[in-house]
Amino acid sequence: MYNFEFEKPSTIADAVAAMGGEEAQALGGGQTLIPTLKQRLAAPSSLVSLTGIPEMRGVCVEDDGSVSIGGATTHAAVAADAAGNYPALAALAGQIGDPAVRNRGTIGGSIANNDPAACYPAGALGSGATIVTNNRQISADDFFEGMFSTALEEGEIITSVRFPVPQAASYQKFLQPASRFALVGVFLARFADGVRVAVTGASEDGVFRWSEAEQALSKEFRPDALMDLRINAMNMIADLHGSKAYRAHLVSVMTKRAVEACM
Amino acid sequence: MTQVSMTVNGKAVSGDVEGRTLLSSFLREHLSLTGTHVGCDTAQCGACVVHVNGEAVKSCNMLALEADGSEVGTIEGQANPDGSLNVIQQAFQDHHGLQCGFCTPGMVMSAAALLKENPRPTEAEVRKYLEGNLCRCTGYHNIVKAIMAASGQDVSSIAAE
Repeated sequence: MYNFEFEKPSTIADAVAAMGGEEAQALGGGQTLIPTLKQRLAAPSSLVSLTGIPEMRGVCVEDDGSVSIGGATTHAAVAADAAGNYPALAALAGQIGDPAVRNRGTIGGSIANNDPAACYPAGALGSGATIVTNNRQISADDFFEGMFSTALEEGEIITSVRFPVPQAASYQKFLQPASRFALVGVFLARFADGVRVAVTGASEDGVFRWSEAEQALSKEFRPDALMDLRINAMNMIADLHGSKAYRAHLVSVMTKRAVEACM
Repeated sequence: MTQVSMTVNGKAVSGDVEGRTLLSSFLREHLSLTGTHVGCDTAQCGACVVHVNGEAVKSCNMLALEADGSEVGTIEGQANPDGSLNVIQQAFQDHHGLQCGFCTPGMVMSAAALLKENPRPTEAEVRKYLEGNLCRCTGYHNIVKAIMAASGQDVSSIAAE
C-alpha cells in the first residue's frame, strides 16, 4: 500500500473540509478500501476517517416512522439496533461478511462503494431509501448509477441513510461462500402503495429494480404471481461461480422466497 | 510519522507510525506481539483477529491510527494472571482444537468475543460465528467442540472427527 496522510475529524464540517484536499478519500470501516489500497488499485494522498464523528453513528426513528442510520454506523450495530423497527434491514446487515467484518464495515462505506454484489445497495434501493449527504438528499432510485458508480460528487459524504419502513420486507441472499458477498441477493419490500424488488449480485450494471416482478406482485402478492416471469439474462454477470442464465434463474428463485417470507 | 497511543492488554503503549501502518503491523513489528498472526492479509482468514474496545476485528484490515485511544486485546493477554491458560485456551488443548496452530490466536479471540455476547451458544451458532476464521488442519470439528466445552456445555455427544 502506498502511504497517505491520515485524518480523523470529529465533526461533519471538519470532515467536509478535509475532503476538500487534493486526492482525499473518505474512509468508512475500510473493509473494502484497505484491501483495495493494499493492491495499489487506489492511491489517495489522504484518508479521511469518518468513524470518529458521533453524529454519524447510530440508528434512530424519525417522527414520520422512518429509520435513519448514520453513515458511519457499523453493520453489527444496524443488525442489533434496527431489529425492532426494521427487522428485514437488520437481518440484511447481520448477513454481511463475518462478525469481525461487521464490527468495522459501515453502511455509508458500502453504499458509497456500490459493489455490484454488496447487500446494502439492495436494501436501500428495495426500500426506496433516501441517501442524505453533507449537502443534499438523494433518492436511492437516482443514487445507484451502475457498478461502483454513484451520484456522489467529489468530496461528498454520506451522513445518513433514511429508510421508510414497509409493511413487510425480506432479504434473500444466495451466499457466495468464499467472498461472503451475494451471488444473487433480492430485497423485497411491500408498501401500502406497491411492492419494490431490488436485485444485487446479478447484473453487470450493479443493483437494479426488477420492475416486471414489482408490477405483478403489486397486483397480486403471492409467489405464483411470478410464475410466468423470466428476467433477461443478457446483462447478467458471468464468472466462475455462475453463468448469466444461472444468475437469471436465481433472481426468480430468490424473489419467490422473499415473497414467501413476507406472507 | 504520527504518534499513536493505545492500551494493549491493559498496558499503555505508543509509537510512531505511518498513515498506512496496519494495526497488525503495529502489534507485531512495533510491540513484538507476534501472537497475532497474519495469514492472508486480505481480511478473509481471521488469524489476525484482536479485540478493539471489546469487539473482534481483523487487525490486518484496520489502520493502527484508527485504534488510537482504544483498548486493544490480543492473544498475549488471554492467559490467566498466573500465566495458566484461560478456559478457552485450555479447552482448545483438551479437545485437540488445533494442529499446526497458525489460526489458533484468531480462533481463540473470536471464541472469546462469541462467548461474551452469547455465553451458551449452540453448535450451529459457534459454526456461524466462526465464518470469518479459516483453519486448514482440523476440519473445525474439534475447534467447535472446544468452544462448546469452554462455554460449560457437555460435549461428550459431539463426535471427534
